[in-house]
Amino acid sequence: MDIISDIKKPENMVYGRPALLTDNVMHYCPGCSHGTVHKIVAEVIEEMGIQDRTIGISPVGCSVFAYNYIDIDWQEAAHGRAPALATATKRLCPDKYVFTYQGDGDLASIGTAEIIHACSRGENIVVIFINNGIYGMTGGQMAPTTLLGMKTSTTPYGRDPKLNGFPLKITEMLAALDGTAFITRQSVHTAAAVRKTKNAIRKGFEYSMKDVGLSFIEVVSTCNSGWKLSPVEANAWMVEHMFVKYPLGDIKDVLK
Amino acid sequence: MTEKILMKGNEAIAISAIRNGVDGYFGYPITPQSEVMETLMKEKPWETTGMVVLQAESELSSINMVYGGASCGKKVMTSSSSPGISLMCEGISYMAGAELPCVIVDVMRGGPGLGTIQPSQSDYSQSVKGGGHGDYHCIVIAPASPQDMYDYVDWGFELAFKYRNPVIILADGIIGQLMEKVELHPVKPRRTAEEILRDAPWATTGKPASRQRNIITSLSLDANTQEEFNRKLLAKYETIKENEVKFCEYHTEDAEYLFVAFGCSSRICEAATDILREEGIKAGLLRPVTLYPFPEKKIAGLAGQVKSMMSIELNLGQMVEDVRLAVNGRCPVGFYGRQGGNIYTPEEIVDEFKKFNNLK
Amino acid sequence: MAFKGTIEIDIQRCKGCSVCIGNCPNKCIRLAKAVNSKGYRYAELANDSCVGCASCAMVCPDSVITVYRVKI
Repeated sequence: MDIISDIKKPENMVYGRPALLTDNVMHYCPGCSHGTVHKIVAEVIEEMGIQDRTIGISPVGCSVFAYNYIDIDWQEAAHGRAPALATATKRLCPDKYVFTYQGDGDLASIGTAEIIHACSRGENIVVIFINNGIYGMTGGQMAPTTLLGMKTSTTPYGRDPKLNGFPLKITEMLAALDGTAFITRQSVHTAAAVRKTKNAIRKGFEYSMKDVGLSFIEVVSTCNSGWKLSPVEANAWMVEHMFVKYPLGDIKDVLK
Repeated sequence: MTEKILMKGNEAIAISAIRNGVDGYFGYPITPQSEVMETLMKEKPWETTGMVVLQAESELSSINMVYGGASCGKKVMTSSSSPGISLMCEGISYMAGAELPCVIVDVMRGGPGLGTIQPSQSDYSQSVKGGGHGDYHCIVIAPASPQDMYDYVDWGFELAFKYRNPVIILADGIIGQLMEKVELHPVKPRRTAEEILRDAPWATTGKPASRQRNIITSLSLDANTQEEFNRKLLAKYETIKENEVKFCEYHTEDAEYLFVAFGCSSRICEAATDILREEGIKAGLLRPVTLYPFPEKKIAGLAGQVKSMMSIELNLGQMVEDVRLAVNGRCPVGFYGRQGGNIYTPEEIVDEFKKFNNLK
Repeated sequence: MAFKGTIEIDIQRCKGCSVCIGNCPNKCIRLAKAVNSKGYRYAELANDSCVGCASCAMVCPDSVITVYRVKI
C-alpha cells in the first residue's frame, strides 16, 4: 500500500472532477447519463477557457437543474423553448458561446417547432440532446423517441404504433435542414464513447464561432429508473435496442 | 427643432424602438399590427444602431426569444395582437416569474377565438389581471395616439428595467392604424456592454471569476421559497402602485358626471364630454394611462364628487369592474360598450349617458 | 512502458451505480460491503492492478473518481 500512497500525489493526477462542476451533489438517479454529459460539457468549457463567455440554457425535464451543477451563467427555459432563448441570446451577444441542453420530451415533442426553426435559420448555437426514450422527471411516460413495444407508464402494454405512433428520429430530420452544420449521435456508456461525445461537443462549440450554422449533438442515454433496470443493465439494453433505432456516428459535417 | 412626421401608430412603435436604443425585436405577423415588423425590416436598424430584428416561427417563439434577450440584460420587445398574445401568455408568466424586463405591444382586435381583425379593448382583463398562470402582474400602459405609441416604448423600458418586470403597451386596432403627426425626440443610443453590466448585474453576460454565476429561472420547488418569492413580488407590485399611477383628466375639476375610458375610447369620450358641456351638463373624463397600476385612489376621490360614473369600453365590461371596486358603492357606476370591432360615436355615448342618468 | 495507477473515490458522493465497475479493463473496482451516509454501497478499489487509465472516472456520472498514474 505504500506504493499507492506514493502515487496519490497532485503531480500524478491524470483525471479528476472538473473545476467547473459545482460542489452540489447531483439530483440525478444513480448511473444517469445526465451526470456524465454535464461533466464533459464542464470539461470542454474549462479546456477551451470560455467560462466567462458561455451561456447555457436548461430545459424542463430532469436536467432543469443543470444550472446547479455547471458554474456558468444559465437561463432556464419554458418547456421546449430553449432554442428560442438561445437564438436571441446568440444574435444579441454573438461573442458568446451559447448552448441548449434538452431532453427528448422537451426537444422532440413540445419543442419541435423551436428546434426545427432554430436549425432552419442556421443559428450559431450548440444543442445537446439527451435521448433516453422516456420522460424521466414526470415519472416515466412515453416520449416521442420511445421505441416500439417499450413499456412506459403511459404505454403500459408497450408502445403500439396504431395507438401511439412511431418513434421520432428527429436528428436525421434536422440533418436535412440547410441551416445545420454538424449533426452527430453519440453515447456515454463507455470511456471511448465519452471521449467521442466530448470531441463532438467541443467541435460544436468551435463551430458556433465559425458562422456555419447549428451544431446538434444527440446523446443516446439511459433512464434506468424509467426503464426499471439497474444502471449496468440499462446500458446493455441501450446498446441492444436503442442503438438499432438510433445508430451512433456523425450524420452531417459541413466542414468535412 | 424637433421633427414631426406623419405615421401610423404601429410605425411609431417601430421608429421609436430604433431611436430609443432598443437592442432587439422578435415578432410574428398578425393583423392589425404587422406594420411594426414590416417597418423595422424596411428600416434595417441592424445596419445603423445594431438592433436585431427577427421574424420568429410563432408568437410562442417570439416571446421566448424576448425571454432569452432580456436574460442578457438587453432591451428587447415584441408586438402582437390578441390571439398572438394568448399564445405568449406562457412566456409572459415565465418572465414575470424570472423578473425579466421587456416591452410587449398588444394591438387588440375582437375576440374570443380568431374573432375579428377590427379594433377592440376586450383583452383588458387578460393584460391587467394576468393572462398566464400564477400570481403576477404586468405593468400595463394604454396609449391613445400614435404619439403615445412612440413615447411609451421608451417609458415602457424605463419601467421594465426599474422594476425588472414585463410591461405591456395595450393599444388597439384604431391606435395602431391611425395616422397622426408624431414628434420624434432626440435619439438615444443603445446601451454599451459596460452600461448593461452596471444596470443589469443579474443578467447572463458570461460568468467572470469575480462573481457567482447568474441564473435566470422561475423555478423554486420548495414551498417556502416560492411563498417568499410571491411575497417579494407583492411588495414590488405595491411599490409600483404607490409610484407609477398615471392618468389624464378632462374637465374633472367641476365634473358632476364622469366618464372613465382608456385608449381610443378616451378620445371618443372627450368628444362626448364636449357635447354634454355644450348642453350645460357638467361631464368630465378620466383616462387611466396606467391600467396596472390602476388609478383607484383618483377614482375613489372622484366618487365623492360626481353623481355617477360610466365606464366606456370596446368590450362587454371589463375595466368597469375595477372602477366599481375603486368607487366601492359611493356613486352609481354604469357601463356602455360595443363589441366585435364596432366603434361607438360620441353621440351614441351621449345617448347612453342620458339613459343611464335619466336625463332629458 | 508500463503504468501503475490508483484511484481515489469520494465515497459520500458515490451512488453505487456500478457503471465504473464494468468499464474497468483490469477488473479492479468493486462495490464496498459498507454503505455511505446516503445508504449507497460505494465503489472501492478491489486490488492493485489499476493502471490509471481513467476509464472508470470518465464514465462516472457523479464525477467521484480521481485518477493517479505513474510510469514504471
